[in-house]
Amino acid sequence: MASYSTNEFKGGLKVLVDGDPCSIIENEFVKPGKGQAFNRVKLRNLKTGRVVERTFKSGESLEAADVVETELQYLYNDGSHWHFMDQKTFEQYSADENALGESAKWLKDQDLCTVTLWNGTPLLVDPPNFVVLTISETDPGVKGDTSGGGGKPATLETGAVVRVPLFVQEGEAIKVDTRTGAYVSRAKED
Amino acid sequence: MGHTTWRPSAAPPVLRARAKMLAEIRAYFARAGVMEVETPLCSRASGTDPALEPLRTRYTGPGAPTGEVLYLQTSPEFSMKRLIAAGSGPIYQICKAFRDGERGALHNPEFSLLEWYRPGFDHHRLMDEVADLVRVVMGRRLPLRKLTYAEAFSPLGIDPHTATAADLKERARVLGMAEAEHLELDAADPWLDLLFTGYIECALGRGDLCLVYDYPASKASLARVRSGVPAVAERFELYIDGVELANGFHELADAGEQQERFRRELAQRALNGRSLPAIDQNLLAALEAGLPDCSGVAIGLDRLLMVLLGKPRIDQVLAFPLERA
Repeated sequence: MASYSTNEFKGGLKVLVDGDPCSIIENEFVKPGKGQAFNRVKLRNLKTGRVVERTFKSGESLEAADVVETELQYLYNDGSHWHFMDQKTFEQYSADENALGESAKWLKDQDLCTVTLWNGTPLLVDPPNFVVLTISETDPGVKGDTSGGGGKPATLETGAVVRVPLFVQEGEAIKVDTRTGAYVSRAKED
Repeated sequence: MGHTTWRPSAAPPVLRARAKMLAEIRAYFARAGVMEVETPLCSRASGTDPALEPLRTRYTGPGAPTGEVLYLQTSPEFSMKRLIAAGSGPIYQICKAFRDGERGALHNPEFSLLEWYRPGFDHHRLMDEVADLVRVVMGRRLPLRKLTYAEAFSPLGIDPHTATAADLKERARVLGMAEAEHLELDAADPWLDLLFTGYIECALGRGDLCLVYDYPASKASLARVRSGVPAVAERFELYIDGVELANGFHELADAGEQQERFRRELAQRALNGRSLPAIDQNLLAALEAGLPDCSGVAIGLDRLLMVLLGKPRIDQVLAFPLERA
């Protein structure tokens, strides 16, 4: 297995810490004039998303984490797992709830997602930045109703709830920014 | 990238501040009657400090037809002590020093040092002069705070003179260092370094000039050890804004003890897989001939300039750091 010495540490490097895949955020070289050199490293645990700080003896090595980001097409959900396919190799992958997290509520079959694979298993699934989804339920907007701050909640076909302008109606397709969960526009008919 | 790295990473006002700092230092020592000297940057021998790795170069020519290794100095200490032993009186030097493997926010492998020696001074008297010089250069009368290495550790509930590696490892774990479990540090000293850099250093010299002195004997380096319970190394360091700026010694003058330390340090280097430079026989001969009782100190000038200007990264005060050199 490949490994990286502290001299190779830099932002974005994927390493194993306590058996978990982590991405280096920051690497600081610390050394007393007459003493042991250390590297103080900030890492994001890619399984939990948590940021941890670790100190290593300079010259130490960490095992490389076999982490790759790839684009996969979402196929379907079987009730417990989400299934994806690599469009070039047709290889299929299944991701669990942990890998999906909040992403689950944006996924519609055929969507191209950015999937972080660790040893070939999906670790993180990021939906496309923008998705087009149909509104399955929303109150008919009444002109002049300002109680919702100029908007109203709408439930989308995937179950996600977003605030939409009053003029948007049930059955319409809208474009949503998945990073913020905000309504962008009505989807153009084509 | 290639097309912008020709530019200096220090802004023009910083370069001017450096020139002014150097002029003030030279004026200070002229007033104090301390003589400026120059010694070789390249030597056949090097220090043996287990924590330092020298850079090497090679000379080939008259006197060395097949070439010989020369070490770039990690500090001018040995040459300057030879001058003192030869009767130079008080001397100072502004020079470059080189250390392999050191690069970060506070480190560049090539850096500027101000080093000076005072015959007849003990480390306390030299600490006072360090504080005086730094105040002059900073143009501010920062209060002076002196504390022993043991006092610096007392907030952590640690006695650095008696704590074992196991005690310190446990302390690091209790303080919330999850990695203490896995760090393989073979003695108390590196654990003290870990705790000092992790929990103590950053609070030193906030609004004052903080001088830490009387180190554990195991951290004596080139300082003399004062017997007692505990025995302490007559060594000091200066901190301002949490940055280590200077290291000084009441200098070891005993040739036999120096030879013994060289031997011990080389054994440690061999264990750590470090290079094994030749012992400086000229230094030993100078100590044999007689080094006057003296204290010496080195100040990192790049760091002093950082503190002076409130710059957090050494690159901001260097014309061309490593990547642009």
